Amino acid sequence: MSQTKQLCTFFLDGSFYGIDVVNVQEVIRYQEMTRVPLAPPDVRGLINLRGQIVVAVDTRCRLKLSPAPRDALPMNVVIRADHSVASLLVDEIGDVIEVDVDSMESVPETVSAAARNVLRGVYKLDGQLLLELDTDRIVGDRARRAA
Amino acid sequence: MSIDGDEIIQEFLVESAEILDELDRSFVALEADPGDHARIASIFRSVHSIKGASGFLGYSRLEGVAHAGEEVLSLVRDGKLPLSPAITTDLLAVVDGIRRLLGSIKENGVEGDGDFSELIGRLKAIRAGGAPRIEAPAKSVRSAPTPREPAAPTPAPERATTENRDHAVGESTVRVDVGLLDKLMNLVGELVLARNQILQVGVGKDAAFLGAAQRLNLITTELQEGVMKTRMRPIGSVWNKFPRVVRDLAVACGKDVRLELDGSETELDRTILEAIKDPLTHIVRNAVDHGIESPQTRTSRGKSAAGLLSLRAFHEGGKVNIEIADDGGGIDPERIRAKAVERGVVTAERATQMSDREVVNLVFAPGFSTAEKVSNISGRGVGMDVVKTNIERIGGSVELTSRAGHSTTLKIKIPLTLAIIPALIVHLGAERYAIPQVNLLELVRFENDQRKSRIEQIHGALVMRLRGNLLPLVHLRDVLGDDGIPAEDDAVNVVVVQADDRPFGLVVDGVSDTEEIVVKPLGPELKGINAFAGATIMGDGRVALILDVVGFAQRAGVVSQVRERTLALASKGTSFDANHDAAGALLLLEHGDDGRVALPLALVARLEEFQRSSIERAGPKRVVQYRGDILPLITLDEVLGARATSVASDDVLQVVVFSDGGKRVGLVVGRILDIVHDAIPVKSTGARAGVRGTAVIQGRVTELLDVQAALRVHEAAFS
Repeated sequence: MSQTKQLCTFFLDGSFYGIDVVNVQEVIRYQEMTRVPLAPPDVRGLINLRGQIVVAVDTRCRLKLSPAPRDALPMNVVIRADHSVASLLVDEIGDVIEVDVDSMESVPETVSAAARNVLRGVYKLDGQLLLELDTDRIVGDRARRAA
Repeated sequence: MSIDGDEIIQEFLVESAEILDELDRSFVALEADPGDHARIASIFRSVHSIKGASGFLGYSRLEGVAHAGEEVLSLVRDGKLPLSPAITTDLLAVVDGIRRLLGSIKENGVEGDGDFSELIGRLKAIRAGGAPRIEAPAKSVRSAPTPREPAAPTPAPERATTENRDHAVGESTVRVDVGLLDKLMNLVGELVLARNQILQVGVGKDAAFLGAAQRLNLITTELQEGVMKTRMRPIGSVWNKFPRVVRDLAVACGKDVRLELDGSETELDRTILEAIKDPLTHIVRNAVDHGIESPQTRTSRGKSAAGLLSLRAFHEGGKVNIEIADDGGGIDPERIRAKAVERGVVTAERATQMSDREVVNLVFAPGFSTAEKVSNISGRGVGMDVVKTNIERIGGSVELTSRAGHSTTLKIKIPLTLAIIPALIVHLGAERYAIPQVNLLELVRFENDQRKSRIEQIHGALVMRLRGNLLPLVHLRDVLGDDGIPAEDDAVNVVVVQADDRPFGLVVDGVSDTEEIVVKPLGPELKGINAFAGATIMGDGRVALILDVVGFAQRAGVVSQVRERTLALASKGTSFDANHDAAGALLLLEHGDDGRVALPLALVARLEEFQRSSIERAGPKRVVQYRGDILPLITLDEVLGARATSVASDDVLQVVVFSDGGKRVGLVVGRILDIVHDAIPVKSTGARAGVRGTAVIQGRVTELLDVQAALRVHEAAFS
């Protein structure tokens, strides 16, 4: 009987990503953001989450993917990491998927270093590859310093 | 039996800890006044009660240590044993021993393996009547035959009453878990935000709604104030440990230090208190270890053998001010200069340009240490960069001034509270930013058509004249960029703020109301953007960033500009050495048709304009009524000799006002041309009366006015 875990999934630039639900606080629709001048380009802004001020990260930018179309209204995947809360901007939300922990494979060397740094591994699903993100590396202090 | 569940033991631990803190203070006070019978009796009772409770709870080691101390104390109390410094040290060791044992009980539930037999042995020996063995301090070898008189710190009078008040406390207070208070504080913060939202929504609604919203407003404000008060604690709670710290350190260093505490009741938010506890301790230890000289050195310098260390705390200008001053050896600017250059903290060139006041503050630079020896008493001689960082992290500032050979003073300023602050909301395009009111000086607004005349340039840097002083200007847009929405063009709004006593003006698109905002921290992603102090949620639910004025000033490069100007104004003083480069700011004037004159801006009190018609005569001299006073006027012609001029007499005269002692004199000049900063090499010195030398400024030969001579002319004329 192998161990499973649940991943909250989403789409980003045509690829399929997932985050362990344990680290996901909530998923909400597009929120108005306040620009933060002088911040790195992958910080899109700040959102008001029921009184809590949360940083919204432009995940495409952080993963060095191509930028989203200008009129896109990204969704928010709010995650807990590095003793704080942050929101990842994504194109579309997917389902919560249960995966077999043992079936995870490491990310191939051909993938860029920036991406490999934040990915925990790859799951081979039917017709799709699911990339699991490491929440501690995608946001927070370590992400800031790695940039 | 689990410790956590057992309330009796918890109570015992908490109350004993308080008694021990009180004992620290009492012993030190007793040393200063050994005849205070009431105090001895009170100390005895405290130790006795700890002994009793320990026995009751079965802590035999604790009981043993307390008992040994109690026996010695009973002899002191009955007058059979005079209190000597060595005995006091041993009794304080009893206090420390008890503290260690209590700590062990708190952590592990048991007393632990600490061995106190040596201490108990010493105390038994004292009791048996032998002279107590005098312990030489761990380090230095003293050639003096007798041990030096150790510190005799005298507490400031108000502390005695604080102690009494603590004992009388009893029924009028309750103990509350700090976590619960923090939770209440958060809730109140949320309530303030909700209230702001309701007030916004309430605009234009019916009277019933408005009435209820108003009541909510009043209640929230009072609740906020009340909860904030619960977070406030007097600085004395940190401060009260110092008498013991200073005493022990002074004994170990062989110095004699008198400690004065003023303003112990000054209240601070508890988080701030927590943050400054260590920096303050470090500074105090530094003063004793490195600041105050040994009694021999002091007397050889004509000072009293006992050094004075004074701590003052008070509220001023929305901040808590803490001043720590010692009358020790001070800081030698030359030594600092040399060390700074040696350590690569500044270049040699920069070091010579800096004033003594600036140089002395270099001790805060990282990687700097001037202690000849590393002492394990305060670590490296100066860990001041850490002190400064810790203080700045909570929004405070620290400044050091010193008179070499005489004194050193540290001035710390910290904001009163971090959580809810009044702030001015400004606009940039469609974006809003909050500027904390504590940094706000004033607002200036003028119509767009005055833009050219009011905003001037000095080598590309924007300035504005504000009541005779020059104010550097920064466009908020230039530093923060914008959201693409262009500025409205009808008026210029300048928000005059100050970063650490250095004022500058922020040009914004528009200014809104002042609001109470809840400061929310920015989080790790945005750490390091020094321009922002946090963020807040506005009444309409949108997020706005809060400007950190000091950080913003640094980023905009304003601080260094203003610094140079302030330096020139503050430190150059009135002597203007004509043989050296004419550094500092110079005011450039026209004299006659083609002459140019420059004088040090540092000496100028104000720049004014008068109508020719307002000049009156007082005897042979011309005067003008100015600020309720009579201002005598002299002209450049009188000082330098007449100059051919074909310019018709203007109706408006430019007057440079000097302050000479308490008197003011106005110098009527031609056109004010510019203000220059660069170091100007003086080409030749004083060829004629009234002139200190000549220099080439902006490509033109310019005479440097001898201001002292000018003022003498005035005096001569009036006498």
